Amino acid sequence: MSTSIHPFARLIAAFARGLSGVQVRWQGCAPELRQRVYFANHTSHLDFVVLWSALPKELRARTRPVAAKDYWQSGFRSYLAQRVFRAVLVERGAAARTAHEEHLHSSGFAVIDQMAEAMGERDSLIFFPEGTRGTGETVGEFKSGLYHLAKRRPDVELIPAYLENLNRILPKGEIVPVPLVSELTFGPPVQLAESENKHEFLERARDAVCALRRKGSE
Amino acid sequence: METSSKFVWNAKDPNLLLLFGGVLALLVVASVIGAILKRTAKTESTERVVANLNSRTRAWWKMSAVFAFTLLVGKTGSLILFTLLSFLALREYITLVPTRRGDHRTLFWTFFIITPLQYYLIGINWYGFFAVLIPAFAFVFIPARIALAGDTEHFLERAAKIQFGLMICAYCLSHAPALLILRIPNYEGHGAVLLLYLVLVDQISDVLQYVWGKLLGRHKIAPNVSPNKTWEGFVGGVATATLLGALLSWATPFTRWQSAGMSFAITLMGFLGGLVMSAIKRDAGVKDFGAIIEGHGGILDRIDSLCFAAPVFFHLVRYFFVR
Repeated sequence: MSTSIHPFARLIAAFARGLSGVQVRWQGCAPELRQRVYFANHTSHLDFVVLWSALPKELRARTRPVAAKDYWQSGFRSYLAQRVFRAVLVERGAAARTAHEEHLHSSGFAVIDQMAEAMGERDSLIFFPEGTRGTGETVGEFKSGLYHLAKRRPDVELIPAYLENLNRILPKGEIVPVPLVSELTFGPPVQLAESENKHEFLERARDAVCALRRKGSE
Repeated sequence: METSSKFVWNAKDPNLLLLFGGVLALLVVASVIGAILKRTAKTESTERVVANLNSRTRAWWKMSAVFAFTLLVGKTGSLILFTLLSFLALREYITLVPTRRGDHRTLFWTFFIITPLQYYLIGINWYGFFAVLIPAFAFVFIPARIALAGDTEHFLERAAKIQFGLMICAYCLSHAPALLILRIPNYEGHGAVLLLYLVLVDQISDVLQYVWGKLLGRHKIAPNVSPNKTWEGFVGGVATATLLGALLSWATPFTRWQSAGMSFAITLMGFLGGLVMSAIKRDAGVKDFGAIIEGHGGILDRIDSLCFAAPVFFHLVRYFFVR
């Protein structure tokens, strides 16, 4: 039952695909039906929908977004997030706090528990580790959630993705989109090495996302 | 005599059907030649050229089918098609142009208000407003809207780039379907044939310049701008497309020599359009504006020549044949 896609979700995805003219490239990994965490740069409200709609249909039914509870919990937003896209709503502030007091068992780990539980045995997640939308010029520092999730669920594949031009299509603070052409590139999976500490891993994960940026490589 | 403002089913126009019959014959010939070349290709590089040629031919089949359908449906069909072409071309162009956050609302107006309005004005036969909407009103609106947004960095550059894109992709291109509202004495109701004539001569000239260039091309015209454009391709393409245009005079309001002159103007402008849009692509560091049409690139790569030919052809016809 949880694998069926809400009709609104299909509609919104088709619209987002047309609007963003997204060209999808898989580099170093292929679309496969297995548990994954897709993590990408974040510049627009369209990011999740575009990334989600770029996945093949069978994968889409089993891929859920992680979204900030403070933003997505009221009224229509809540309906859209929870009912239509089956979002996993997490606390933002608490997750940020644990970045500093990692050794304490604070509520931040509850967020990780929540995400791991939401994934269960078969679902994948779409995750924006910057925690908030940026301007698109640079990719911001990653919050620690990705690291904790990688530690908790070593069986899950972490796939970096880069979304290009979505900050121009629907930037933060705008309500009307402009239909430019965007690009989405998926990269080779990133694994948490045994010797790696949190800072090193997050830096490497961020580099993996930036490496998929076309403009940056020139 | 307001026939052009009503819904017109053009399928009864014999000249239109004859011209499409000719296009069909050309496509069949091109497909047969492509199939023969595919069998005889020996080296890997010729195989690649032939494969590209065949994918281009396949795309020509599809493009011709869409164009034929909309033209036969009538004015509304053509206007919808060209609105979409302008929209997609503008999208490819603006994607390449480095706009800033402060341009967002201006771009919204450009895509969703000004471009459709330009075609709507053709739909309601309001020539006077059609002619000035973009060069006068949008021209002053764009910098004003950007100034209101408050970001002055590269201000003139940003305003000028949006103005240029709107002029080329919407204003210039809209002169092709605007042929449908020209009332030419003794030629009323045949605007669709004239539109087909323009597109046919323009696109065949592109193909012939490519073919002559591939066969004989040696001396490059502007190697820094477009390495594929040669004097041999240019002269051969323009001459043969002009000759073909002259032979099509029976479908137009022109005499044979007038038709040759018109076709010469179309091919020349088409060549310049291709050259200008190539210069923009080189400057932006890309080969094509997009990848939407198999073997051809983007929409704008296909219609760059038409964007330059359409306004000149429109005004030549309007000046010499309407009054």
